Amino acid sequence: MSDEKQIVKILQGNEACVEGALLAGIRFFAGYPITPASEIAEGMARRLPKIDGKFMQMEDEIASMAAVIGASLTGLKAMTASSGPGICLKQENIGFAAIGEIPCVIVNAQRGGPSTGLPTKPSQGDVMQARWGTHGDHPMIALAPSDVNEILEITVKAVNFSEKYRTPVMLLLDEVIAHMREKVNIPSREQLEIIDRKKTNVKKDEFLPFKADEDMVPPMADFGSGYRYHVTGLVHNEKGYPTSDAEEIDKFLRRLSNKVELNKKDIVIKEEYSLDDAKIAIVAYGSVARAAQRTVKLAREKGIKVGLLKLITLWPFDDDLINQLASQVDLIVVPEMNLGQMVREVQRAAQGKSRVISYTRIDGDLINPIEILEKIEEEMSQ
Amino acid sequence: MKNVIEKYIRKEMFPHIWCPGCGNGIVLGALIRAIDSLGWEKDEVAMVSGIGCSSRITGYVDFNTMNTTHGRALPFATGIKMSNPKLKVIAVMGDGDCAAIGGNHFIHAARRNIDITAVIINNMIYGMTGGQYSPMTPTGKFGSTAPYGNIDQNFDLSALAASAGASYVARSSIYNPNQGTRFIKKALSKKGFSVVEIISDCPISYGRMNKLRTPVKMMEWIKSISVPKKTWEKLSVEEKKDKIPMGEFLDICIPEYTDKYKEVCAIAQEGGGNE
Repeated sequence: MSDEKQIVKILQGNEACVEGALLAGIRFFAGYPITPASEIAEGMARRLPKIDGKFMQMEDEIASMAAVIGASLTGLKAMTASSGPGICLKQENIGFAAIGEIPCVIVNAQRGGPSTGLPTKPSQGDVMQARWGTHGDHPMIALAPSDVNEILEITVKAVNFSEKYRTPVMLLLDEVIAHMREKVNIPSREQLEIIDRKKTNVKKDEFLPFKADEDMVPPMADFGSGYRYHVTGLVHNEKGYPTSDAEEIDKFLRRLSNKVELNKKDIVIKEEYSLDDAKIAIVAYGSVARAAQRTVKLAREKGIKVGLLKLITLWPFDDDLINQLASQVDLIVVPEMNLGQMVREVQRAAQGKSRVISYTRIDGDLINPIEILEKIEEEMSQ
Repeated sequence: MKNVIEKYIRKEMFPHIWCPGCGNGIVLGALIRAIDSLGWEKDEVAMVSGIGCSSRITGYVDFNTMNTTHGRALPFATGIKMSNPKLKVIAVMGDGDCAAIGGNHFIHAARRNIDITAVIINNMIYGMTGGQYSPMTPTGKFGSTAPYGNIDQNFDLSALAASAGASYVARSSIYNPNQGTRFIKKALSKKGFSVVEIISDCPISYGRMNKLRTPVKMMEWIKSISVPKKTWEKLSVEEKKDKIPMGEFLDICIPEYTDKYKEVCAIAQEGGGNE
């Protein structure tokens, strides 16, 4: 990126999300008021009409998700944003987006749960909900940035992945990074890689709306473009018609999941800090990863060889990455603002090659660098 | 007439799932005839449905079609219309779909007065799941979940739509498909949210539990409860019980949502608003 074209601003995390989304080409937003995500809807309400984009405040979260899917089918890049209670309601139609292979982005500014929970406090309690919140086997991409600048960057990636893989993508923020203000570099559109969905170019009477290319993703056609087809939440064949044929069902559902699982190399985004010589690794994501980065520095000042694997892509989960890490280190610490959700994935992927321990906080306060260090020292003394 | 229907049908989807004697086909016929009489191109029509027997209609017609989640046809349709106002958007729903699980969406689509035509096939029962009572099942009638008689009050969907802000509201029945076709045509031509409720039958679920086991008996029953709007207005409260008024209840011209949104864009682009 060349520096001259970049605008630097102090932005709130939710505002950075709006900037990233608009840069990535989001032109439809439907939402419903909820703390701590409302600033995203407010930003969209202000910005979208200026660029002939569409903003709607719907009657509820379910309708917001539905409207986003309808909009995406006409060819607009579409997004919604909410928090835990609202995400629960959206799950029904997130499943529809998954089975209908309709690109869309769902922002979840996580707050404490369950239920109304802690509306103004941060949490990472929706990590498993992001993966399995809607019923049945389905693909899911979930990304978790850890600071405001990264929110902008990762929002662009979320939109890109949804378009590229024709699937719903969840962007997991938390109350702290959603509301915090930091310096943000706003790139120009030309400085970014923007991905648009593949469009079909076959003859209209030869169009099979759910026939995938080699990358497992079917090219799409906009409603109204002359390719008439059927979209359904029922399991369907390549024509888009409901099927009860076992072979067709199996083929379809496996492709649906595999288009994400088998493209992990492209989708998994991670960062590594001081892992080369590390004997102890912290695996963290979201705002906790930021604290963990500081823990690495503090530990190394004390001569403890700690490194950090920061996961930005949480789903699909990269088993190999963790397995490799587990062969290198003696101990993996997974600090989370929940009662230990991702640590189960880490334990599973580590296959016993290293010890994996959980450090959790669910009191609505952030995890700070010193407490992670204290946990490490406590483990070392045992 | 045969060719009119065939022009719009996805024959490869047949046989359809509907039972013999079901009214859904009559409504589908009325819908197709209304669309055909307007001379619309198939490419410019988007038809969206929810869940239930009636919602399978979208699979059988050669438009841009979508069979969505239960009760949600209208918000999906809203997203389509808002994003591409050139499309003619039609939502087809059943009574459980529209009045129960989708009731809130129905009210708010009417409140926005967005240019969508809602066709509600009201057979007063959940047919697909086996005859559970719906919000439209008359009080005292039977359903598989009302084996001792339904104690809920049913309500007037057309009156609801009219009071919620729609532009056009009419009710007909499968006993009178020509009237239904005429009302649907008017609704489709209306700029704004338009509603046509069609009283339909379900001999298998509703009829079986309410001594109307055959399609003919159901048709006769629908005929017996139908009263033209003007006649209905003159009836006493007691006489109105067990009768349903048929006709056009509302036909007004008020600003439409996607038009109003264009004004929002203009204000935003001129630097207006509260900034």
